[in-house]
Amino acid sequence: MQSQATYNYKVVRQFAVMTVIWGIVGMLVGVIIAAQLVWPELNVHEFLSYGRLRPLHTNAVIFAFGGCALFATSYFAVQRTSHVPLFAPALAAFTFWGWQLIIVLAALSLPLGFTSGKEYAELEWPIDILITLVWVSYAVVFFGTIVKRTVSHIYVANWFFGGFILTVAVLHLVNSAAVPVFAAGILTPKSYSAYAGVQDAMIQWWYGHNAVGFFLTAGFLGMMYYFVPKQAGRPVYSYRLSVVHFWALIFTYMWAGPHHLHYTALPDWTQSVGMIFSLILLAPSWGGMINGIMTLSGAWHKLRDDPILKFMITSLSFYGMSTFEGPMMSIKTVNALSHYTDWTVGHVHSGALGWVAMISIGSIYYLLPRLFGKPEMHSKKLIEVHFWIATIGVVLYIASMWIAGVMQGLMWRATNVDGTLTYSFVESVKATYPFWTIRLLGGLLFLSGMFIMAYNMFLTMAGGKAVDAPVLAPAAAH
Amino acid sequence: MDINDLRSLFTVLAFIAFVGIVWWAYSDRRKKTYDEAAMLPLDDDSPFVPLEPQVKANQERKSS
Repeated sequence: MQSQATYNYKVVRQFAVMTVIWGIVGMLVGVIIAAQLVWPELNVHEFLSYGRLRPLHTNAVIFAFGGCALFATSYFAVQRTSHVPLFAPALAAFTFWGWQLIIVLAALSLPLGFTSGKEYAELEWPIDILITLVWVSYAVVFFGTIVKRTVSHIYVANWFFGGFILTVAVLHLVNSAAVPVFAAGILTPKSYSAYAGVQDAMIQWWYGHNAVGFFLTAGFLGMMYYFVPKQAGRPVYSYRLSVVHFWALIFTYMWAGPHHLHYTALPDWTQSVGMIFSLILLAPSWGGMINGIMTLSGAWHKLRDDPILKFMITSLSFYGMSTFEGPMMSIKTVNALSHYTDWTVGHVHSGALGWVAMISIGSIYYLLPRLFGKPEMHSKKLIEVHFWIATIGVVLYIASMWIAGVMQGLMWRATNVDGTLTYSFVESVKATYPFWTIRLLGGLLFLSGMFIMAYNMFLTMAGGKAVDAPVLAPAAAH
Repeated sequence: MDINDLRSLFTVLAFIAFVGIVWWAYSDRRKKTYDEAAMLPLDDDSPFVPLEPQVKANQERKSS
């Protein structure tokens, strides 16, 4: 039988489905900890206490939900824009099962209290080693596919995906360097960071901000550069701008980390460098956002009745909002008010729910029918419902956190004429309750949207055939 | 030359590199290349959802 070469859609299908599943899990944990802030009685057991569930929530939404979405979309886009199936399919399968194992290990070890205490890098060293193995395999599959491409160009989305994969490898290796302690045995891992004092803090936030800049931005910009043109049916607004966007973004993000350490033991000049680079970041961020939104130029009518496009364009609007807000918050005098308050939490979710989740949801809606041999999702109406529920959820979430954050900042800095503090800390906690309740409602809405998506996904899969599209012919020599 | 001169020099070099990238990306020579590259996600000469025979071939390969 003549075997028609097909794209490797299997691994894309697996990651796409797990994106939705882990999205529900991660956001459910988020809703639980939001409820715990309103009703502290919900901290029923040490395994389910706020302090242990919070890192589980961040790890689950960033690395399980976001990670699966990035694997699915990058594997899909790199094959199709390179006109070859994935390089090393066995290794690609390993990245799927390895990544799922890492997620399960995280979901077990974090509630049990195993943590290295580094934000967004809490997982202990044995899991860190497994992450390294999976990530190197991911790089081999991705770059191997680019190497064996049959077209001459490397599409800009692949530059962003590639930059994200390389940088995350470096970030993970450097920040996770630690000295393991074997006294308690390998099943109860414990380690100490290889760095100490302010260097440790700086490396942590060099990692932490680049986790935002590369994992949560560059990777999702790759998604934007492939799926927005696809769904809009027109090429990206300016390819030249996308090239400048890429180099400016990756150069600038690297230096922005110190803004997480304003007014700490970090040298003042380092704080200022972080602030300046954060301010410069506004330019490439907005360049990219404009490039994405303007791709719809001349086809704005498509927004009216295409809910997938609505997800994508709304995600870009939130991207623009949060990349304006971020540089403003990095200004030291603004940061003096905003740091340690719920404003930061609101900013993060404007990016995470508004930008990262919405562009992923849009892209996954685009992928699912194509991966299961259906012309479109089971119900377009339900995508529309999902879009509005999610949007209202995000708006409630970030608006309540803005108000709460500014209020907290003002209460904490208020002094009486004799120099004593006007409010005790607990008074600011009490004043925040109503906003935490609104935030819980916003989170609940966003989570409900994910359930609607899962329902729609399973009905799309039902009766569908798992299909692999044939490989495109090599592009004619240009 | 003290270290601050080096810092200034680095800033200038970084700026020149940025201007260079912009000049390079917007030069006329790159236009054709970029126009082609921009069409990569869109020129699909194979259907996204494969035709029935291809689906069948897939299924057969799986079951064999």
